[in-house]
Amino acid sequence: MAQIYAYIVHKGGVADDTALELITAAKKIDPDASVSAIVTGSGADLEAVCKDVATTYNEVIKIDNAAITYPNAEIIRGILVNILPGDAVLLLPHDTFGMDLGPGLSIKLESAFVADVVDFEGLDGSNLKIVRQEFSGQVSTHMLCDIGSGAVVNIRPGAFAPDESKSASGEIVDKSSEAGDLAARRTFLETVVAEVGDVDITKSEVLVSIGRGIEDEDNIEIANDLAEALGADVSCSRPIVDSKWLEKSRQVGTSGQTVKPKVYLACGISGSFQHLGGIKGSPFMVAVNKNIKAPIFQVADVGIVEDMLEFLPELTEKINDM
Amino acid sequence: MEILVCVKRVPDTAENEIEVNSDGTDIDRDDLVYSVNEWDNYAVEEAIQIRDNVGGNVTVVSVGDEESEEVIRREMAMGADQGVLLSDDAFNDSDGKGIASILKAEIEKGKFDLIMTGAQADDGAGQVGGMLAAMLDLPYASLVNTIEITDDKKIKVGREVEGGNIEMNEIELPCVLSIQTGINEPRYVGIRGIRKVASVEIPVHGTSDLGLASDAVGEAGANVKKVDYFIPDTGEGAEILEGSTEEIIDKLVEYLKAKGGIK
Repeated sequence: MAQIYAYIVHKGGVADDTALELITAAKKIDPDASVSAIVTGSGADLEAVCKDVATTYNEVIKIDNAAITYPNAEIIRGILVNILPGDAVLLLPHDTFGMDLGPGLSIKLESAFVADVVDFEGLDGSNLKIVRQEFSGQVSTHMLCDIGSGAVVNIRPGAFAPDESKSASGEIVDKSSEAGDLAARRTFLETVVAEVGDVDITKSEVLVSIGRGIEDEDNIEIANDLAEALGADVSCSRPIVDSKWLEKSRQVGTSGQTVKPKVYLACGISGSFQHLGGIKGSPFMVAVNKNIKAPIFQVADVGIVEDMLEFLPELTEKINDM
Repeated sequence: MEILVCVKRVPDTAENEIEVNSDGTDIDRDDLVYSVNEWDNYAVEEAIQIRDNVGGNVTVVSVGDEESEEVIRREMAMGADQGVLLSDDAFNDSDGKGIASILKAEIEKGKFDLIMTGAQADDGAGQVGGMLAAMLDLPYASLVNTIEITDDKKIKVGREVEGGNIEMNEIELPCVLSIQTGINEPRYVGIRGIRKVASVEIPVHGTSDLGLASDAVGEAGANVKKVDYFIPDTGEGAEILEGSTEEIIDKLVEYLKAKGGIK
């Protein structure tokens, strides 16, 4: 394979962390491939990102247009169809933008699509060997993706190590004139920024975080009691917020808050990558879960295989007695 | 508003431990508890609420084997007006594009203003909604967590993006939306509701009803194929504290003190 493309997500003139991860992913597909970055946007922010990305990629394809100052997936899909060759292998981050763009783009390019890839195991003819996970990481699967007519591949953020060598001096190629029709039937209006709730968990040093294992809204008291004993705050995984048991500002994860406590107690949380994606700075992680096979035990420092509903009150009592 | 919602029958991960079968060809499906995909359930609830507010009709459609009829019936018990099962042995081993092709063929038989899917499934890739929109040449928004019906030409949707923020968009009808959990609170379905729809006939459409070429779906039409399942490399993992609960608590307290977890 001669050529791989990587779409660069950026905001405020700064490339997303995935910009450095996608090139590692591309080299895992084919160490000899030439990898071109595609950067879309407008103005000074776009210039800054292109210059930055050129230190990592051999070529940076720039598309400058005010219509994509905000990355509208419908417009960008059309642009990519115009500028990519029919058999292109394009890597996207599997984030909220990549999930919006990738599947439909693969249809328009008449190419294959694979989502949320965590690893590659080389090429077998025109078949790319891919590793994915299913059921919140409980099982993995090998897949074969025929890239003979091209492919759109969404890469899980954090799955590949960032290439921080900054060893390239890539040429920035302006292909803005090839963008084509920029009309869209979906228009970006505004971003509504998440409210900070009564507690800002992004500033908490210790978090007692709860997941499905809490089972019932009334049981949240158990977590509150432990948090009070520890001088900690209570946070949670997505299902707790979906059930409206705690406010959105308490949710840890890629679709919630990013936290960096010293100690993180994950109670009744299975450990999906979306949840773990919201925990930065490698806190000391304690997992309490009755299921020994819960993926959270793979990433925690200390594991306790117990029912949180029975274990937490006993722990609280002990701490209160100290 | 004519609304169609695509739903899928999946193993319920809240009720099951997922394991690989002995030869690694599949997950171990013996004794698995199945249910409607969680994200799809939110999509159906949203469709019912929109219909109740602005009028119209909700159709639930599923691609699957005959057992998928039970999830269609469940969503009808919830309040969907009718259901269609798309089932044919030729659909087996379809990839995301194959599933989207099957749904497209059914959708083109009707006239829908709004087509919804769940944003993803535990065993899936979150791909069908976006593919379907592109195939039908309709506008699309993924990870939708708010819908505001403006008029019969366009709607406002909020997409969940990183950090708990919401990206607001205006989108023309007809369109395809993939629905994120948390958009509403799906209603409880009681025995009475299930009984009410127990004898409703659910039409089953296969390859010939849908006018699909046999090589467009199933394994023949797939350019993405699953080879095997395996247990992921777990790495070092946690130090599992052992002993009586009291002993475990004592060890944990020592750790918490050392790491700044007890003030």
